[in-house]
Amino acid sequence: MLEVNNLTKIYDGGVQALHNVSFSVPRGQFLAVIGLSGSGKSTLLRCINRLIEPTAGTITWKGVDITNASEEEMRQIRRKIGMIFQHFNLVNRSSVLTNVLAGRLGYVNPAYSLINRFPEKDIQKAMLELERVGIADKAKNRADELSGGQQQRVGIARAMMQDPEMVLADEPVASLDPVLAHSIMQYLQKINEDYGATVLCSLHFLDLVHRYADRVIALNAGELVFDGLPGEIDDTKFKEIYGRDAERVG
Amino acid sequence: MKSKFDFKKFRPVGIFLAILAALLIYAYGFQVTKVNLEETRSEKRQTQLVRIIRALAKPDLITYDYQETEATFRIRIPCPPEGFQPTLPKEGAPYLKMTPACANPKDTITVEGENFPPNASGPLYFIPPSEVTLSLGTIQTDSAGHFSMTVKLPDRPAEEDQYIRALVKVPSGVPRASAALIDTWDKIVETVFLALLATTLGTLLAVPLSFFAARNLMKDVTSPFISVALYILLIPLGILAGAQIARWAISLRLLLGITLWVDGIGIIVLPLALLFLFRWSVPQTDEQKPSWKLRIARALALLLAYFLGVLTLSFVSNILIEAGNFIQPALGSFGFIGKFVRDCGDILGMILTILSALVGGGVLLNIANRFGEYAIRHFSFSANRLLNLIIGTVSGAGLAVMLMAGIDWLYQFDNRWISLYFPAGIGGLLGLLMALRFKPRDKVGIGMVVYFISRTIFNALRSIEALIMVIVFVVWVGIGPFAGVLALSLHTIAALAKLYSEQVESILPGPIEAVKATGANRLQTIVYAVIPQIVPPYISFTMYRWDINVRMSTIIGFAGGGGIGFLLIQNINLLNYRAASVQMIAIALVVASMDYLSSKLRENMV
Repeated sequence: MLEVNNLTKIYDGGVQALHNVSFSVPRGQFLAVIGLSGSGKSTLLRCINRLIEPTAGTITWKGVDITNASEEEMRQIRRKIGMIFQHFNLVNRSSVLTNVLAGRLGYVNPAYSLINRFPEKDIQKAMLELERVGIADKAKNRADELSGGQQQRVGIARAMMQDPEMVLADEPVASLDPVLAHSIMQYLQKINEDYGATVLCSLHFLDLVHRYADRVIALNAGELVFDGLPGEIDDTKFKEIYGRDAERVG
Repeated sequence: MKSKFDFKKFRPVGIFLAILAALLIYAYGFQVTKVNLEETRSEKRQTQLVRIIRALAKPDLITYDYQETEATFRIRIPCPPEGFQPTLPKEGAPYLKMTPACANPKDTITVEGENFPPNASGPLYFIPPSEVTLSLGTIQTDSAGHFSMTVKLPDRPAEEDQYIRALVKVPSGVPRASAALIDTWDKIVETVFLALLATTLGTLLAVPLSFFAARNLMKDVTSPFISVALYILLIPLGILAGAQIARWAISLRLLLGITLWVDGIGIIVLPLALLFLFRWSVPQTDEQKPSWKLRIARALALLLAYFLGVLTLSFVSNILIEAGNFIQPALGSFGFIGKFVRDCGDILGMILTILSALVGGGVLLNIANRFGEYAIRHFSFSANRLLNLIIGTVSGAGLAVMLMAGIDWLYQFDNRWISLYFPAGIGGLLGLLMALRFKPRDKVGIGMVVYFISRTIFNALRSIEALIMVIVFVVWVGIGPFAGVLALSLHTIAALAKLYSEQVESILPGPIEAVKATGANRLQTIVYAVIPQIVPPYISFTMYRWDINVRMSTIIGFAGGGGIGFLLIQNINLLNYRAASVQMIAIALVVASMDYLSSKLRENMV
């Protein structure tokens, strides 16, 4: 159970990215986060694993107050939260395998990982995860030699290395074509259904939301404007979320 | 609306004023730099210039064995009243003849020579009774070995015989490298290696330091106020403790005795014990948080492992020194390898204490950080407030006393009030004020403090030319290439750390974010997300710096830093321009080829 209470984020320049956002996500739910670009979706997801420090409000997950955790506790928390990014955020010059193994960094002892030594079972797990996303043959390639869809699969494998209990996906398909988008979303669905991981996924296309999400929340200018089932988004709601002049494309 | 000032109309006036200002600036520039066109046209200067340029055009590259032919002729100046009979020439041998046979001082006479080697040249000397030769000019023989020259006799009247001597040199045998060329080769090798060592040393130190000067890495580094105050107190303690551990290890090794037998055991048994302890105290993964008892036991085991590690390194250092001493005479002309091994051992022994001190400081830094984080989460607000005030005051006093100790070392006040009581009081007060200003839960941006300090130090060091730094190092380690290595290294550290840190600042933030999100700690994030991104620019900048260092090392000898510059400035000061020319050519060749090489390598690397 993830609980977000009155979450507020004001950036150094004075931009208010989130304003009193409160919601809770039961364990194992697939939650879609929608809203215009700049509405605070990325900020919200990054506040949950504290890549961005919230200005006010609390986030509790499994009874632990994330907003008040120390650096050491954050390490324990973050390693159970996988994250997938719009631009994949792979280390281009490292091999695919190294990128996937990076998902274990929260578990392995820093002293060993600094000299690039991972336990044998982690390497086996990495190969297994790569096999699951169908690119085991690319393990030795440099990450930037892969196509966009393949890179995002590496990103998923990296998140899976963490044995995540929650996955934060920040517009995971926004830079991919529709066919690839579905295949990536299916991986997320699998993580959600097979491993029981909670998924928070920000999305742009409503057809994806309808197809994959259990529930939707919508942000507009940092405020929560909708919280309900995907089917509840009718044209009126749509205009509330995206503004008066918006047109539906999907 | 106010009427707008029409800039366009006054534009020509502005341009006119700008031109006038530029003229003034350049006129003053001419005045200040003492532009002297008279001097460039003066005949004396021009002949000097021509002489030097001609000397430079004839580099002293090769030398021959010379066969010298010499003839001496007895004369009298002025003509003695009783008459003078010149020596008669020997048949077939080279001889000189003067017309007239005797003359008054400053008279113009003709000197003729016969039977000299054909088409050769050499000096013609006048030799007074003091035997201090005076040059009369250069003779040039024709194809028959004859020469004739009109000479003005010097103003040297004497009662005794005086002599005129001709000396003709003919090269014989094969040409060989001149002494200047051999010296130049020696020194150019020295120069290139000087640059190599300086670049290596500089790079090794600049790489870790550059991370401290990178804004994107440092801006998130924050600590609670208690931690920062504790850093000031605990880091020096940690440094002392680390150094003390190293000293204990070294004295323990000395106590065990320095025999090959003990060394052998030391270097085999110790690492095994070390490995075992390390494996036990640092497990590969920690799925669950270990219990307190286990953590303390592990910490103690790690401390022991650390001591054993230092001890092992101390053994290694000793073995290297011994081995170097042993193989140096055995290797003959490759004895320098033995010396290198010995020096490596020596360096290891020297940096062992420093490294251990750094590790000690780092460990206590970590402890201080953890304590602060723990305190702000688990202690009550007022307890934190109290802790802040106490530790803030003490650390303020401590910092002030430490700073003052440094100043006292420089100026030697020899007064406990100035060096101890006053700074402690003022520092304590400032610490207290700081503690009052920060609320217990506020984080102090210690990272940015480190960032600004390291940037300032790098900028200051960079602005001092290596040519000036070398003067200080010459005082420390004496004139020679070693002083040059140290000066260039220091400059390289500052320059490279700045360049490197700018590269770190320009890397993609995405991968850092992603690696952080997996639960990686700061060091892991650097190793997995930062380092892979900066390898190509780092290599490229190192090459570039190596290029600069070769250039610098050619002139660092001007200030006593060894290398070819030392030879060049000597020859210039001795007016030995032909030898200087050799060195200039060597510098040009080396710099140009290094330039080419490094640009090629950089192309291939990046």
